[in-house]
Amino acid sequence: MGMTMTQKILAAHAGLPEVHAGDLIEAKLDIVLGNDVTTPVAIGVFEKAGFTEVFDNEKIVIALDHYTPCKDIKSAELCVISRDFAKKHGIKHFYDVGTVGIEHALLPEQGIVGPGDCVIGADSHTCTYGALGAFSTGVGSTDMAAGMASGLNWFKVPSAIKVELSGKPGPCVSGKDVILHLIGEIGVDGALYKSLEFAGEGVAELSMDDRFTISNMAIEAGGKNGIFPVDDKTREYIKDRFKREPAVFEADPDAEYERVVKIDLSTLEPTVSMPHLPSNTKTVGEAAGTRIDQVVIGSCTNGRMSDMRVAASILKGRKVADGVRCIIIPATQQIYLECMEEGLLKVFVEAGCAVSAPTCGPCLGGHMGVMAAGERAVATTNRNFIGRMGHTQSEVVLASPAVAAASAVAGCIADPRVLEEA
Amino acid sequence: MRGKVWKYGDHIDTDVIIPARYLNDPDPAALASHCMVDIDESFAGGVHAGDIMVGGWNFGCGSSREHAPIAIQASGVSCVIAASFARIFYRNSINIGFPILECPEASEAINAGDIVSVDTKTGVITDETTGQSFQAKPFPEFIENIIEKGGLLSYLKDK
Repeated sequence: MGMTMTQKILAAHAGLPEVHAGDLIEAKLDIVLGNDVTTPVAIGVFEKAGFTEVFDNEKIVIALDHYTPCKDIKSAELCVISRDFAKKHGIKHFYDVGTVGIEHALLPEQGIVGPGDCVIGADSHTCTYGALGAFSTGVGSTDMAAGMASGLNWFKVPSAIKVELSGKPGPCVSGKDVILHLIGEIGVDGALYKSLEFAGEGVAELSMDDRFTISNMAIEAGGKNGIFPVDDKTREYIKDRFKREPAVFEADPDAEYERVVKIDLSTLEPTVSMPHLPSNTKTVGEAAGTRIDQVVIGSCTNGRMSDMRVAASILKGRKVADGVRCIIIPATQQIYLECMEEGLLKVFVEAGCAVSAPTCGPCLGGHMGVMAAGERAVATTNRNFIGRMGHTQSEVVLASPAVAAASAVAGCIADPRVLEEA
Repeated sequence: MRGKVWKYGDHIDTDVIIPARYLNDPDPAALASHCMVDIDESFAGGVHAGDIMVGGWNFGCGSSREHAPIAIQASGVSCVIAASFARIFYRNSINIGFPILECPEASEAINAGDIVSVDTKTGVITDETTGQSFQAKPFPEFIENIIEKGGLLSYLKDK
């Protein structure tokens, strides 16, 4: 029996000719990642166990992105722990305020991760790099500590769900709509412990940013990873970024899948997830008209350059509705600069949006847009759990940048295609 | 292990186990004082050492924060029983040496407030209030070893 793409990458990193779903293996890690919330806990575990050296100070990434620029004294003290550790061990990829971006936009942009890599990150959305054809998965702080100490970690080889994409997405249908639709179909534990392997001719119709968004939310279906084949778009993206030799793996033709889900991209509508689970999906038409107080456009899911461009194309010459706060967060400093150069910051400010430095902030109810009881946001983020963006009686509706921008203008959940006609 | 049951539903996410607004202080006792607050304000103040948490499907979904199993463990809970666990929560619990048991039948049948005893070696769960008993799925040997060593780093150190 053949192997899936994920299984091939794991086998290569475990030094085994083949692996099978359910095998427990030890694999070599190419990159170990942590952020300002999870790294201090990992450092505590690392030091308590008596480790004094990291396995490779060029293969560890620490990005202070969640509560930065620091929201309070305790957050500032956590950053001190990471800063001191990075300095002590000479961590090459250490990103602090001024260079930091939201980690899962930053690492691909900076060419730190690439095809064929085996990556763990103490952040659940580490699955994002599957878009590049890497095996990449979220872990906890103790796993990060083990990774920093040894460059190795244990994995249970996952079985897989194949997601076969066909057709071409219609206007205002993006990677976000694809992944929300998929989660709506299979549920928040539909891919529990499994790989989501994307395939089919529809892959070529998706931009790299679309693929990052889709892989990013594999965890929201419970998935261990979400992976795309490497094609010309991948090669073009990594060309001037990724300095190592990319390792391209393909699933065997006779690879075993537990299930095949077929999605015809041409049939998808702009899709939203209503509170309080990402699987609670509706088409934008079904949800249109629902009153909102806030819009957030950003995050590791949708804070990339194409997201900024889509939002600006809708906000240009329009105003954010009275009573709505629209917060826009370019995910990295590079994206911020590009927004400036392309005049998008001006578009956002003139429309009445607040534009922030890169931070995860509002996505997890940290800072920069926390909501009160009774308030509702449309957000391009990834989770709409109870209390995720603030008070337990506030609500988050997940959507694409196009739907979020249109909703900001309309003051309620709105279909961007209708707004464009108006 | 023996204690009173705190019962919760399906898809209990790490944002409700320990809301992000409390992640700026990773001290286990501080985390424990806010554990479950967004869905059960009585938990942190009412839990006793040894008590058992029972959840439904996909327990611990969402964020990778290890603060979640740390908060539950530091609150005094001796083990979590659920129909299924989200994978990062599952890893994190094993890695910190915190016992968790997967058992859909027990998750379904056990009621809030029941007195339950658990033998983590055999995976036998006994609801002393109703007299029912259940068999949880055993851990693979490799994982059993990590738990026995008291967590992943101790396991790694001894290797």
